[in-house]
Amino acid sequence: MMTKPSLLQRWFLEPSGRDDGTSWGWQAFLAGWVPALSLVALVFFFSFHRLAYQWNWPSVYKYRSTLLAGWLVTIAISLVSLLLSTLIGLVFALARRSRLLPLRSLGHLYVELVRGTPLLVQILIFFYVVADAFHVGNRYVAGVLILSFFSGAYLSEVIRAGLESVGQSQLESARAIGLTRAQIYRYVILPQALRLTLPPLVGQFVSLIKDSSLLSVIALNEFTQAARDVNSVTYGTLECYLPLAAGYLVLTLPLSLWLRRWEKRLRFET
Amino acid sequence: MRLSISNLSKRFGPHPVLDRLSLQLEDTHSLVLVGPSGGGKTTLLRILAGLAAPDAGEVVLDGTAMRFEEGALLQHRRTVGVVFQAFNLFPHLTALQNITLPLEKVHGYAPAQAREVAMQLLARFQLSGHAAQKPAALSGGQRQRVAIARAVAVKPRVLLFDEPTSALDPEMTAEVLDVIRELRAEGQDLILVTHEMGFARVVADRVAFLAQGGILECGPAAQVFNAPLTEPCRKFLAAVLKY
Repeated sequence: MMTKPSLLQRWFLEPSGRDDGTSWGWQAFLAGWVPALSLVALVFFFSFHRLAYQWNWPSVYKYRSTLLAGWLVTIAISLVSLLLSTLIGLVFALARRSRLLPLRSLGHLYVELVRGTPLLVQILIFFYVVADAFHVGNRYVAGVLILSFFSGAYLSEVIRAGLESVGQSQLESARAIGLTRAQIYRYVILPQALRLTLPPLVGQFVSLIKDSSLLSVIALNEFTQAARDVNSVTYGTLECYLPLAAGYLVLTLPLSLWLRRWEKRLRFET
Repeated sequence: MRLSISNLSKRFGPHPVLDRLSLQLEDTHSLVLVGPSGGGKTTLLRILAGLAAPDAGEVVLDGTAMRFEEGALLQHRRTVGVVFQAFNLFPHLTALQNITLPLEKVHGYAPAQAREVAMQLLARFQLSGHAAQKPAALSGGQRQRVAIARAVAVKPRVLLFDEPTSALDPEMTAEVLDVIRELRAEGQDLILVTHEMGFARVVADRVAFLAQGGILECGPAAQVFNAPLTEPCRKFLAAVLKY
């Protein structure tokens, strides 16, 4: 026998048997988000209230162009690194499937070294030692290269998993119709692998945008560095770092939301 | 087709799958391979398709000896058509694109030309309405017919089928077998591995019984099915024809 749901249940409980991905309408949206956002707001409001902080927004507002310039540099660096790291990831993913053993080992070594060490350490070593030895003087070029190779290691694992998910029977079919090895990758394996790897790829891009903030340690004038600079002049720490957080969220949130929708679509297609 | 196989051997690890298999066929349009699982039928078919190389032995098809190195095998694969048990089609391409892909990328057709050939074949197999659908939207029988259309489109000198109906339910099995019989009637050479003994009887010029890595019997369907000469073949037929 069905009991009539109480008012509380009717408002706040997920209706059972509705996990088919259809949206629940705006009431459910509000019922979920209003309490969640309120809770977070409450915690922060309480914390900031206890801080008894002297807000001084105008002094930081004067330097808005510095912050904006840094934000744009972060976008530029992230975009270029995004493309370059995808390329690097693809190359090393293919290297690890190569019939040439040294190539395979090189791919393995690269992935383990990069994934096993902190980005901060990599930035310092590559900028002050490797980049110096290879005469890469421009810190922007060096920064993009370091970030791309860092992210590329993770991406190569993601892409490799995608390539391996394409079944043996597909390979056999592709060979049987007379495609060459390169054609098999181009027309059969990569298109199928991409569909599956897109979600983790986007996730990696979100990380990449945030990781770019570490490039401030080599005095690269990106967003975080800009916020530090402004802070050192104005002493308005929170007035600098709160916009900083917001500036990153503006970039990463749309990506994450888009990722959610893509995953949902993928789930219903297969 | 003329097919001459001599002393073909292939082993996986310590286990010999084909053991000095030999077969001589003259003027045969359709060869049906039957026999127990693990007897080497699929391995033989994969070698004939250019998908695997034997450890020893030789195959001469229509006067040309197969060379088992990658470049020559690639060329060989382009002259034969293969239909597998299942999962033939590329899931990210539509039925039409599945057929035009080899036409365009392997056989150098212009896109419009490839499309025309593909649409004709789809129409012939009553699949015109499904041209724009992905394999996931098709029934098993429809998928196999698209796969056959893809294999036929490139005008192969011989079509190879590896149990094309064993993943299908009976109704779909019939629609796929109809297509194969039609192709046979038009003079298409084919080699077929199947467990459908009734169909083998109808379509086969020659039936070869494969077991223990060799061909124990080969002859007209009536002869092999009605008067098997060897004990393994008798046992096999008794088992599969029991019900």
